[in-house]
Amino acid sequence: MDQDTKIEIRDLNVFAGKTQILKNVNIEIPKNKITVILGPSGCGKTTLLKCLNRLTDLYPELKVSGRIMIDDNNILEAKEDIYKLRQQMGLLSQRPYPLPMTIYNNIAYALKLRGIRNRRETHKLVMHYLQQANLWDEIRTRLREPASRLSIGQQQRLCLARGLAVNPEIILADEPTSALDPISSQFIEETFGRLRNDYTIVLVTHVLRQAKRIADNVVFMYLGEVIEQGSVEEVFGNPKMEKTKLYLGGTFN
Amino acid sequence: MTRAQKIEEKFFKLLMIIATYFILAILAIIIYSIFEKGLKSISWEMLTQVPHGGYYYGKGGGILNAILGSLSLAFGATVLAFIIGMPVALYLNVFLIRHKRVVSVIRFLLDLVWGIPSIVYGAFGFSLMIFFGLQTSLLAGILTVTLFILPIMIRSMDEILCTVPIGLQEAAYSLGSNKSEIAFKIFTRQSFSGIITAVLLSFGRGIGDAAAVLFTAGYTDHLPNGLLEPVATLPLSIFFQLSSPVPEVQNRAYASALVLTLIILIVSLFSRGLGKRYHKTKINF
Ligand SMILES: Nc1ncnc2c1ncn2[C@@H]1O[C@H](COP(=O)(O)OP(=O)(O)OP(=O)(O)O)[C@@H](O)[C@H]1O
Ligand SMILES: [Mg+2]
Repeated sequence: MDQDTKIEIRDLNVFAGKTQILKNVNIEIPKNKITVILGPSGCGKTTLLKCLNRLTDLYPELKVSGRIMIDDNNILEAKEDIYKLRQQMGLLSQRPYPLPMTIYNNIAYALKLRGIRNRRETHKLVMHYLQQANLWDEIRTRLREPASRLSIGQQQRLCLARGLAVNPEIILADEPTSALDPISSQFIEETFGRLRNDYTIVLVTHVLRQAKRIADNVVFMYLGEVIEQGSVEEVFGNPKMEKTKLYLGGTFN
Repeated sequence: MTRAQKIEEKFFKLLMIIATYFILAILAIIIYSIFEKGLKSISWEMLTQVPHGGYYYGKGGGILNAILGSLSLAFGATVLAFIIGMPVALYLNVFLIRHKRVVSVIRFLLDLVWGIPSIVYGAFGFSLMIFFGLQTSLLAGILTVTLFILPIMIRSMDEILCTVPIGLQEAAYSLGSNKSEIAFKIFTRQSFSGIITAVLLSFGRGIGDAAAVLFTAGYTDHLPNGLLEPVATLPLSIFFQLSSPVPEVQNRAYASALVLTLIILIVSLFSRGLGKRYHKTKINF
């Protein structure tokens, strides 16, 4: 595997019964860069992300085959430490799912899973990650309130902080701003901008302008297949495939 | 909306209103008659003493034996059913997530046994007692009532647990939680008030049932003293008092019914309060 490649996906196929959701997907995701996955609704972007952290295990109807190499380790074969493996990746989903506990414990829970139990260290790190997610100043006095009381935008930033708290190397984000107001979206996007040098970020988005603003690399998918991938300049500036041109031109979405 | 649709809507609205008031009226009549007859014969003596002169003919004394008997029996059975039922319900929803067919078969079987009348559990408990050479006792009653309320406990928890959104589970798994953590930290918190309701429902069924305890717990004038001794229960005391030829004793049946109703009421209010306290951390999706 290439030195600069963090995730290498080879011949990934996903079936749900007889329908094929992902077809021979081959993608290389560079280390400490933002890779944006684009494509019309239903083309398999979410499924692809779920393969990366093996959340597909929760869906018995999905049959996954192929290879997903993360640092020379085929995670589709890793049987034993799937839970540890998932900690290499923070997940941000389309709508926020705070855990049913206090704001503080949402982060502390993640820290505990990472093995941090010392109270003083927990305190320090809760603050640190909330700051990283741009949430600390707003909620510093409300840490003991249930997370369900936060606004949706705040909840999403809490989820980001929680995802960072397991100390991952990769961030998987599935349309993380689609349920948010413009200001909260901007908060999240800015945070990604700050994190880009330290984390490998895989971002699914429908917002082309957002993709253009923050992507290093772009993968364009259509009906379960990868149509085109490359640097943002290549794909946006000079798309080779007809379908990519149509999509970027806004003819279909 | 066409004319016909309007008439249809009016008709069903009326039907709903009538049905609602009908149910409320029946409930009111039941509660009224229990209170009306029960309050007449209830007294401090009834709540604090055991029966004098036999439970069948006795006008004297009280029903403390049945109150304490019912409470200890229902409490024991609820605790036992919870200890067995909670892990089963969690197991179905967390550990068997990849085995949907197995889960649906288990659910179907539980629904079947839920529907078995409690007298059958009573008979079953009785045959087990004979097999093991046990007498009628608090223990036999607890075990039988546990069996009887177990399907209720499991299925009503299960109904709550299976509403935990998959997105929340994914979020928790993505942090590296294992299945026990998902079960005991996420599912139980998210479903806390529903679990309380399930426990309460089971307790109510357990304390109110006469048939399951008739052959197994027996009846006695004494206060409960030990797991291996028979105990009195409120439903049976109502039954015996009502079947007495003496009118005063019959009236005491309503006092017992009143006590039973109040116990269930207090327990539900208490659990509601408890449920509310934890309800606020639940995420509403
Ligand atoms: N568990 C499943 N069982 C059956 N089909 C599924 C399952 N999960 C996803 N699919 C199907 O796979 C296809 C891809 O779904 P996916 O959610 O990955 O699309 P997506 O690209 O994320 O779309 P969107 O942009 O709307 O979120 C869809 O046709 C969907 O219906
Ligand atoms: Mg999606």
